[in-house]
Amino acid sequence: MSEGILIKGGRILDPGQGLDRIGDLLITDGKITRFGDKGAIPPEGFHALDANGLIVCPGFIDLHCHLREPGFEEKETIATGTRAATRGGFTTICCMSNTNPPLDNRAAVDYVKAKAETQGTVRVLPIGCITKGRKGEELTEMAELAEAGVIAFSDDGEPVVNSAIMCHALDYASALGLMVIDHCEDRALTNGGLMNEGWVATRLGLKGIPAAAEEIMVARDLALARLTKARLHIAHITTEGSVDLIHRAKEKGILVTAEVTPHHLTLTEDRVMGWHWGKNNITYDTNAKVNPPLRTSKDIDALIRGVKLGIIDAIATDHAPHTLTDKMCEFGIAAFGISGLETAFGCLMSLVPDGKLDLVTLISKLTAEPAKIIGTKYRELGTLKISAPADITLFDPTKEWIVDSHNFASKGKNTPFDGYRFKGKIMATIFGGKIVYKDDSVKLEIKQ
Amino acid sequence: MKTTQPRDKPNVIPETFPPPQISIWRHQHILDLDSFTKEEIDLVFEITDAMMEVLGREIKKVPTLRGTTVATVFYEPSTRTRASFELAAKNLSTDVVNLDIPKSSVTKGESFLDTLRTLQALGVDVIVLRHSQSGAPYLAAQHLDISIINGGDGWHAHPTQALLDLYTLRRHFGDLTGLKVVIIGDILHSRVARSNIWGMSIMGCKVVLCAPPTLLPRELDNFIIRCHLSGISKEYKLEAALQEADVIMPLRLQFERQQSRLLPSLREYIQLYQLNSKRLSLAKPNALVLHPGPINEDVEISPEVAHSAQSVIEEQVTNGVAVRMALLYLITRGKR
Repeated sequence: MSEGILIKGGRILDPGQGLDRIGDLLITDGKITRFGDKGAIPPEGFHALDANGLIVCPGFIDLHCHLREPGFEEKETIATGTRAATRGGFTTICCMSNTNPPLDNRAAVDYVKAKAETQGTVRVLPIGCITKGRKGEELTEMAELAEAGVIAFSDDGEPVVNSAIMCHALDYASALGLMVIDHCEDRALTNGGLMNEGWVATRLGLKGIPAAAEEIMVARDLALARLTKARLHIAHITTEGSVDLIHRAKEKGILVTAEVTPHHLTLTEDRVMGWHWGKNNITYDTNAKVNPPLRTSKDIDALIRGVKLGIIDAIATDHAPHTLTDKMCEFGIAAFGISGLETAFGCLMSLVPDGKLDLVTLISKLTAEPAKIIGTKYRELGTLKISAPADITLFDPTKEWIVDSHNFASKGKNTPFDGYRFKGKIMATIFGGKIVYKDDSVKLEIKQ
Repeated sequence: MKTTQPRDKPNVIPETFPPPQISIWRHQHILDLDSFTKEEIDLVFEITDAMMEVLGREIKKVPTLRGTTVATVFYEPSTRTRASFELAAKNLSTDVVNLDIPKSSVTKGESFLDTLRTLQALGVDVIVLRHSQSGAPYLAAQHLDISIINGGDGWHAHPTQALLDLYTLRRHFGDLTGLKVVIIGDILHSRVARSNIWGMSIMGCKVVLCAPPTLLPRELDNFIIRCHLSGISKEYKLEAALQEADVIMPLRLQFERQQSRLLPSLREYIQLYQLNSKRLSLAKPNALVLHPGPINEDVEISPEVAHSAQSVIEEQVTNGVAVRMALLYLITRGKR
């Protein structure tokens, strides 16, 4: 077992327990074992991590990321993806099923788990496919996948088009106590769309994806969730209309949860024209090409309101790493996706000084709330309670840093935030009692 | 073959050439008209006038850009734009390389940028690029040091076409301010319309976009507001749009628009939107008819209108060579 670590003098923030105070936290044997006032725990016998000026919170949980392994190791591996997670403050990440082969069978799930065990640096929880081959035709052997340890079912980028299949999936999954996650998109409406249908798409001559393409599918899924009384989780919502639909559904008692990504909370469609677009310097920035697309400031306002009011339960990265060649090409053929694990926190913190979001809500959407969604099997996640796994993130809310994708641990350098200055930085990440990431400036006294 | 040209007119063009206002030119590339000012477009017109003079000579060739190499790189088939650029370049004594890239290679793995970088390494000075993907010339301009001329990209822009349209109007009307232009048809998928919207708005025209709603961008109004474009409006009914029109430009209707269910039938499109003699009579008596070509006679335009005295479709083609000569001159001038 690892040596004990005493985290000294930080502001301990655990929204799940309503805890927010300066104090010391002791970790031994991979678990949180003691909590006390500043200086109350005798430091003898432990490594000491100086957390003065830092906020100490439960390790972040990402409900939605793409680790690409097996099948697309040139984009990301479980080793590089989990290292990226540690740099972003995440200690638990749920990886999506769109690998090759997809996670539609026990062997593939076992492979991911084994890789994560041997090469990963954080907890990896796989999400299994709803249908075989993600084709939307036949259900996977969900019970076996559940036994293999998947925490949910999703065909990820492939929405289940056939409503009857989706209905069966919800019914079947509910007996296993697991949720179904849907990527909501009406493909007939999207039909080759490349970005939000708006003024920018009109200007750039790019085919648009209307908000309705998402909302139609959200509405259908909500109707099916009501019918089946099953647990539904809506991935990466982006529109005001989706927020309204989910709001109404929750009021009716439908068992639905929803997530939003950091980029949809902070960037608009304008970003596709480049960093500082103006009259004379527009570009077609493939790093801002993502599905669902970046929307409008009106949508952002609705999403933030949704986060505040609890209509949106969690913030998830939808970390989608791609190679340089996937992105350095014509906009129309470039891959969709943003490499998001390492910028998520900095990006989200930009909402705090603006007063758009308070820090406690923000941390709760990265810790206690996603833990609740994952469910009882891992109920000790996302908390700093005594005897919970010592998954802890330390951050400095005032430290400024500039995003440089060259420094990413992720293989995917595809970020629209390259060169952005963020205030708020992850300083250390502890997983299972081990320090898996630490900024050089954080002082660690090693026990002699 | 190269040194046997008669030397009787060694320097381009009139003594007054180039005009002093050439100092305002700052474009390395021609990507779209959204980055142009009215003064810059006027300058293009001035230089084009000089090129028209060259085209009127018995020997339509001047040594102005000798030693410059132009590559036309077409990822989409085209006969007229390609030929127009090639002749423009040759009239200025540049060397021309033509590359036709089959559509099948517009996929990942056969890198667009690699092809263009190779041309740059081979010593090409200007690339004229036609591509089915909107924005491809911007990608090229971002990663290459040589000049890029957009010869049409996806639905986005066709700036040289818009400039030749504007030049044609200037030859007939002089001042373009306040001219009412009606563009009819598939605005949604038209790079010609998009570039003309910018160009005509900059030159002070009033532009009416006339099409069924399925062929107009849904966010057109928002686009007009956010881009601060003045004088642009839309109208579904052609008869209403044509009132008091000075210029009418029907666009080519791609047959695939009906296949993709944007139109109920070709028949209904023709009934509602074809420019025929009867409809032409609703415009001003001397209204000009332009068309970016190639024409679908009997679809967007009736043959009698296409070949009427009001039609300047052939003149557009001639003016296109002169405009492209002017643009080649302007963007390579710095190196001379």
